[in-house]
Amino acid sequence: MKHLVFAAGIFGATAAFADTPELTVYTYDSFVSDWGPGPQVEEAFEAQCNCDLKLVGIEDGAALLARIKLEGPNSDADVVLGLDTNLVTAAKETGLFAEHSVSADYDLPIDWADPVFVPYDWGYFAFVHQADMAAPDSLQALAESDAKILIQDPRSSTPGLGLLMWVKAAYGDEAPAIWDALADNIVTVTKGWSEAYGLFLEGEADMVLSYTTSPAYHLIAEEDDSKAAAAFSEGHYMQVEVAGKLAGSDQPDLADQFLAFMVDDAFQSIIPTTNWMYPAVTPEGGLPDGFDTLVTPETSLLFSPEEAAALRDAALSEWLDALSQ
Amino acid sequence: MAGRTQPVSAWPGIGAAVFLAVLILGTLFAVALRAEAGSGLGKADWAAIRFTLLQATLSALISVVLGIPVARALARRRFAGRRALIALLGVPFILPVLIAVLGLLEVFGRAGWVSTVLETAGLPSLRIYGLHGVVLAHVFLNLPLATRLILQAWQEIPAERFRLAAQLNCDGRAFFWLIEWPMLRRIVPGAFAVVFAICLTSFAVALTLGGGPKATTIELAIYQAFRFDFDLGRAALLSGVQLVLTVVAALVALWLSSSTGFGAGLDRAIRRWDGQTAAIKWLDSIWIAAAALFLILPLAAIFVSGAPGLFGLPASVWSAALTSILVATISTLLMLAFALPMAFAVAHGKGQAVEVAGLLGLAASPLVIGTGLFIIVRQFADPFSLALPVTALVNAIMALPFALRILVPSASDVVQRYGKLGLSLNMTGIAFLRLVLLPRMRAQIGFAAGLAMALSMGDLGVITLFADPDIATLPLKIYRLMGAYRLDDAAAAALLLLVLSIGLFWLLDRGGRRHAEA
Repeated sequence: MKHLVFAAGIFGATAAFADTPELTVYTYDSFVSDWGPGPQVEEAFEAQCNCDLKLVGIEDGAALLARIKLEGPNSDADVVLGLDTNLVTAAKETGLFAEHSVSADYDLPIDWADPVFVPYDWGYFAFVHQADMAAPDSLQALAESDAKILIQDPRSSTPGLGLLMWVKAAYGDEAPAIWDALADNIVTVTKGWSEAYGLFLEGEADMVLSYTTSPAYHLIAEEDDSKAAAAFSEGHYMQVEVAGKLAGSDQPDLADQFLAFMVDDAFQSIIPTTNWMYPAVTPEGGLPDGFDTLVTPETSLLFSPEEAAALRDAALSEWLDALSQ
Repeated sequence: MAGRTQPVSAWPGIGAAVFLAVLILGTLFAVALRAEAGSGLGKADWAAIRFTLLQATLSALISVVLGIPVARALARRRFAGRRALIALLGVPFILPVLIAVLGLLEVFGRAGWVSTVLETAGLPSLRIYGLHGVVLAHVFLNLPLATRLILQAWQEIPAERFRLAAQLNCDGRAFFWLIEWPMLRRIVPGAFAVVFAICLTSFAVALTLGGGPKATTIELAIYQAFRFDFDLGRAALLSGVQLVLTVVAALVALWLSSSTGFGAGLDRAIRRWDGQTAAIKWLDSIWIAAAALFLILPLAAIFVSGAPGLFGLPASVWSAALTSILVATISTLLMLAFALPMAFAVAHGKGQAVEVAGLLGLAASPLVIGTGLFIIVRQFADPFSLALPVTALVNAIMALPFALRILVPSASDVVQRYGKLGLSLNMTGIAFLRLVLLPRMRAQIGFAAGLAMALSMGDLGVITLFADPDIATLPLKIYRLMGAYRLDDAAAAALLLLVLSIGLFWLLDRGGRRHAEA
């Protein structure tokens, strides 16, 4: 095992900052990447907290929750950022999270009054397509059309689970019929968002399950207006991303400070062009140019966390049945 | 050293095998122990097990069956670019899965090159998604490995056998039964077992190309148990099923493979007198051309999409590349530290148990190993500061089965041929290692090290479980680029990874066989 010890020596545990307190935030991987909000958020928060903000990226929201459950009460994390409403109930059931003290004037299409989790951004799921395509205008029309779509597996991906909830919210008990009709549109089901979106950009399908905000990336970062999101008449299911404080945190005050900072202007103005989602509280300068071109659904669909948790397993088996034939 | 019957001891190898078995089973237990309620295997799990077995068996069978004629053609033909082609053979296997799938689809997908050609000719486009798509991808990833393993064995047949066969005027059939069949029987079952084991743990490839939840593999069921249901008990149980399936496959393979070698040769350059008729030459050329096209087109697709952005890559990608090289180097050294003693132990005839222990690393679910290690490491240290060493260790364990397949046959041969001579000269231990064993295994060590290096370069693996935002490996960086919509940069970074992996593989592989023909 000499090599391992040697290796550990090379990579070395980074020297702890003995005098500045450290706040550990677990989040999903794309948040901490160079192109995500992480680096700017860290800089902005450290400028005001006199602390060291340590962002730890763990795959996606579901992996994040699994990690917290795995670590249990003596987790290293102080704050968990990146769960969504589909995971909130399961997260609360762990009893590992503490109530927050944040109050903000949210710009969400729904009312938010959860005592444990604070929303920081949100978006609508949508099917993205090439702008020159005559896209179907509803889930029903999509299912009846011969448009080819790429979706993600709800067992391994948050958007995939979002679509499950979307169909359920729009069609209730009729959902299995919609899935039956959609089955021949689905080119393939991928493990995660990146695979599906990559395949879409390579031309493997006409549409891909993503967000209404996806075209904004192409427009703002690449000056490419060739992508659009289809507006569906049944309404669009929402994803609200939230953060919460762990009860076992050894920095409860810092954690509170971070949650308050999260709904503040500095953090919120970073979100649109790094996380490519809508900020939970619109920053003073408004949304960046380009966001005004996005489709805004007339109806917002969202199950409460309790409903989502209750529906999840049944919706999954309906999905599996419809697509396994 | 009285009573010693072999010049090198088997004990370090047995020790390494025990360590591995304890580590891998330990991670499984660590996960199982954290389980709370837990449920048994449901109907869907059994469906996943059936599908996994079906696709893994088909994939391994086709990879090996196609690998035989390709290896045979490569073994008896000499042509310009042959070495480059053999080096390229290593590549698909070491690609990160995501990149391989994208390259493959650019050629065989709905909007791929083949479909475009078909459509221009007025034919319907390809339908790649389904069981055949899964098998196609697995053959793309593993045919090269199967070919390399079989080719290696072909080239280890002593030159004198070919000369003798020619002198005796053996016809094609006699040549096959006397020379080729015994070699194939020795090598093919092991190659099958390794490819089978790789395909058994496949997840993203199977799901993406399978076209839907029909293509649920055991690994996806494990993922679901972990992430969707947080049912650690079921995850550990399913991982156990995976282990058992692999071990059974490995035992059957070892039982089928005979172990008679060809005896010693004089290491003359190999000259071939067989297969010189025009028809056979044509056939060989067709096999080589077909395999080259099948393997190179998707790589060309990766090259085409990555090349424009290569020099505009952000600095952080280059530093991730350095990190990856460092991890891969350590991983390769670790792998050799396990594999060489284990290969010697197998050469002693302490074979099966040691080889099976080597396969465990491939058979266990990476997610379960990673999570188990995380639970264990957390008891002693900060898991994030150990992200890179743990990644290197896990990569080493995963490369081990391949390394053993490469090292074991030649270690057995050397011990068989020179063991008694060594003992009679009282040359044992380090001296035998330094003077006989290691020099004679140089080509195999180089190949195994190259493979381990490249595999580790391409592995996304456990780093995602231990991720530290400040250090990233190249595959993690690529994954992050894709997650941030930056597909062009991701394609360029994938090309960089491809070039680095090929380069390092080539360096080690060539270094090992400097004097030999390859």
